[in-house]
Amino acid sequence: MTAPESPPDSGPASGPSSPPAGPSSRPALGLVAENVGKTFGSVRALHGVTVEFPPGQVTALMGENGAGKSTLLRILSGDHCPTEGRVLLDGAPLDLSSPTDARRAGIRIIPQEPEIIPHVSVAENVYAGSLPRRAGRRFDRAELRRRITADLAALGFEQVLDPDLLGSELTAAQRQLVEIMRALTGAVPPRAIAFDEPTSSLSEHEVEALFALIGRLRDQGIAVIYVSHRMKEIFRLADRIAVLRDGTLTGVLPAAETDERELVRLMVGRDLAGLFVRQDVATDRVVLDVRRLTTDDVHDVSLQVRAGEVVALAGLIGAGRSELALALAGDAPIRSGEVLLGGLALRLRSPKDAIRAGLGLAPEERKAQALFLHRTIRDNTSLVSLDRLRRRRFVRRTAEKQLAQEYADRLRVRAPSIETEVRTLSGGNQQKVVLARWLARRPELLILDEPTRGVDIGAKAEIYQIIADLARDGVAVLVISSELPEVLGLADRILVMQNGRVTGELGRAEASEEAILALAMTEDLTGPRSADAADGSRATDAAGPRTTDTDATTGVAR
Amino acid sequence: MTTPSATADQRPQAPAGRARPTGPRALLDAVGGQNLILLLALAAVLALFGSLNLNYLSWNNIQVIAEAVTIAGLLAVVQTVVIICGGLDISVGSQAGLASVVSAMVFTSTGSSAVLGLGAAVLVGAAVGLLNGAVIIYGRVNPTIATLAGLAAYKGVAQLISDGRAQGYVLGDPLFVFLSRGKIAGLPTMVWILILVAAAVHVLLTYTDIGRNIYALGGNPTAARLAGVDLNKYLLSVYALTGMVAAVAGILLTARTGSGQPTSGSEGLELQAITAAALGGCALKGGKGGIGGTLLAVALLGALQNGLTVQGINSFWQNVAQGLLLVAAVVIQQRRGLERAVGLPA
Repeated sequence: MTAPESPPDSGPASGPSSPPAGPSSRPALGLVAENVGKTFGSVRALHGVTVEFPPGQVTALMGENGAGKSTLLRILSGDHCPTEGRVLLDGAPLDLSSPTDARRAGIRIIPQEPEIIPHVSVAENVYAGSLPRRAGRRFDRAELRRRITADLAALGFEQVLDPDLLGSELTAAQRQLVEIMRALTGAVPPRAIAFDEPTSSLSEHEVEALFALIGRLRDQGIAVIYVSHRMKEIFRLADRIAVLRDGTLTGVLPAAETDERELVRLMVGRDLAGLFVRQDVATDRVVLDVRRLTTDDVHDVSLQVRAGEVVALAGLIGAGRSELALALAGDAPIRSGEVLLGGLALRLRSPKDAIRAGLGLAPEERKAQALFLHRTIRDNTSLVSLDRLRRRRFVRRTAEKQLAQEYADRLRVRAPSIETEVRTLSGGNQQKVVLARWLARRPELLILDEPTRGVDIGAKAEIYQIIADLARDGVAVLVISSELPEVLGLADRILVMQNGRVTGELGRAEASEEAILALAMTEDLTGPRSADAADGSRATDAAGPRTTDTDATTGVAR
Repeated sequence: MTTPSATADQRPQAPAGRARPTGPRALLDAVGGQNLILLLALAAVLALFGSLNLNYLSWNNIQVIAEAVTIAGLLAVVQTVVIICGGLDISVGSQAGLASVVSAMVFTSTGSSAVLGLGAAVLVGAAVGLLNGAVIIYGRVNPTIATLAGLAAYKGVAQLISDGRAQGYVLGDPLFVFLSRGKIAGLPTMVWILILVAAAVHVLLTYTDIGRNIYALGGNPTAARLAGVDLNKYLLSVYALTGMVAAVAGILLTARTGSGQPTSGSEGLELQAITAAALGGCALKGGKGGIGGTLLAVALLGALQNGLTVQGINSFWQNVAQGLLLVAAVVIQQRRGLERAVGLPA
């Protein structure tokens, strides 16, 4: 193939460099996207991108949300037909008109949110669609058992994945493993595997297991594509890093020859020096005082948050952090203990009680738990403030518009107008609408559960700034985050949870990733399963909010 | 509040501004795409039957159409609210039948007190609606199943207390006469009642915080709950409101026919109500829809039915037409939602 053309706005001097594997004119091995472009209506999502994914190497794919990573993956997986260009495997052009074609060619994509059938076993989930059968279409249970045992052993998953568990009983990590097994066990051996932000719902030690697996895949000569926002992972894992911006390739760099700053500059076209805002505005006034709180998922938790203070809750997925947040927001029954806000003991029977008392929660799952996708930015912003915007039950339109506009401006929500439906916004802007809703309410305590999940780096910086501004205005902020750099960068104080209990507290001076991990997993050194098994079904929340789903259809009967 | 300025400068899109569309686009936004289609369809139906029969477009026939759609229209209006909540009430016809019988029987047994008859009917409607709501919320029964049970049970109750026959004769009473034949400013009283109820529900949905919360809980119940909306209270109230409006429809049925009707006249109303709401743009998943679209759909259905009758087309065909319209409305809706046609619809 020919050397990739210089993209229109290649920022850096290094430009799109050729991969170390084969810079010559003979056909490149592995998976190659050649001059691939995709147009949706009037939007051009991908502009003639040429990128190689050589066998036996991990190629990281980076870029802000909307940069074209997903579009490229979808083209490789046969989900989208490219409007221009072609895909080659070992020099031979592929016809990828459907996902089945891609699968037959040996291309596998591990989606961000695994598709798991809830009521059947792990074994049946893995081989769904090609279950072993005997003559007369009879289901061959013995053969299924034999196959899953062999495949689990081959992949080294015997310890972490019980083939008899039901889909609904799996943790987020186990769901991912099922998806990986599906990719690796087909009739056609895999040639290229893409992981789409696989670690966004995994805890740190599950990430380790995944990395070990990816290393093995690479050593087997498979071309691995790794999509992630997390720099640290990329530098640990990737041999080469391809960066997309606004649908164009801005660079392909050997991982050893680049650094975070350069990648960020390639992604955003600017240098983001210091995403975090350091300030010391914490006061002595205790806003939230939780005393020995116990719910079904949280045990004997005591904590305080002061005005102007940012406290982070760290811990593994399933440690009970989100459950604690929901309990404080009045959405989980409190078995014992007290919650005081501004010195007053709260009776939290429903989220309404919490909101009235001055507490706000921006929950973990933006779309499932917070947004009304078919309503406007204005509607979504004003919802919890309607009691202040109404006169005899009539909503004062002008006041409402002013409020929504004010906060959309302050948080820099990017949309044509506040009458835009929220579903059309990007993830970062949707998150800002959720924040706008709570900022407009002016709570005394704001709980932010994973405020930057699935948000691009530019919006992340803005959200960090918003949090800093909140603290400066004297709001007490409790942040839940699974990204340790974020926890360390944001928090004045860090509380670590494990199995529903607070296992330790770290001040700014003593906090480090190692210290947090030590507190988050001290008693748990036996492998991925036991940590989550102790908390059982709760851990699946990351992948699908089952605690909320059951209540979703008609309401809560308590 | 300041944001790092570097972040702001290089963004392709400006922060949410006050941009407003102008010209034809503004008109389309104001009317709504779905409503525009309905208006065009209505105009086409009126033009078609008007050209086939000159009397079709006479003021008299238009009043006949309006009167004929009043009862189904009332039910469609409340059905719209139920569907916006993410529910469905297929027992509205049976509720109307029960209320019709109750109004006539109470009227007769209290020595011709129309006020008591009406009051009793509305009370029974509210009670039946609350029962529906309670079964759905506290029994955690799917709304379609719960009200399917209601469809059978309330019809049964109406037949039991009436012994399956039409009850009483109410057209000796001036209030009932006024309801059935009266006119205000040239429009039949019944039509005024539909207009009033529709206007009240429209105001409730569009201009009050109650309406906002109703759209919220239909669009995303979990998010609504976490935003402090008391889901149970709202759902119970909506089903109770449905029962009361169904009772008003039942009272009008009594007034039109002169006596309490356990089944005749009320059977099949649920189908018309749901068809109108779906045709009017309600998303059956909840969270979307409005009274304007529903009323347009009611008018369209009424005009079509009347036109077919005027042309002497077999009424069995009208049922077929209605079924086709319901399916067509939902198919169009799903297509617009760009859902993948794989497996069972969500």
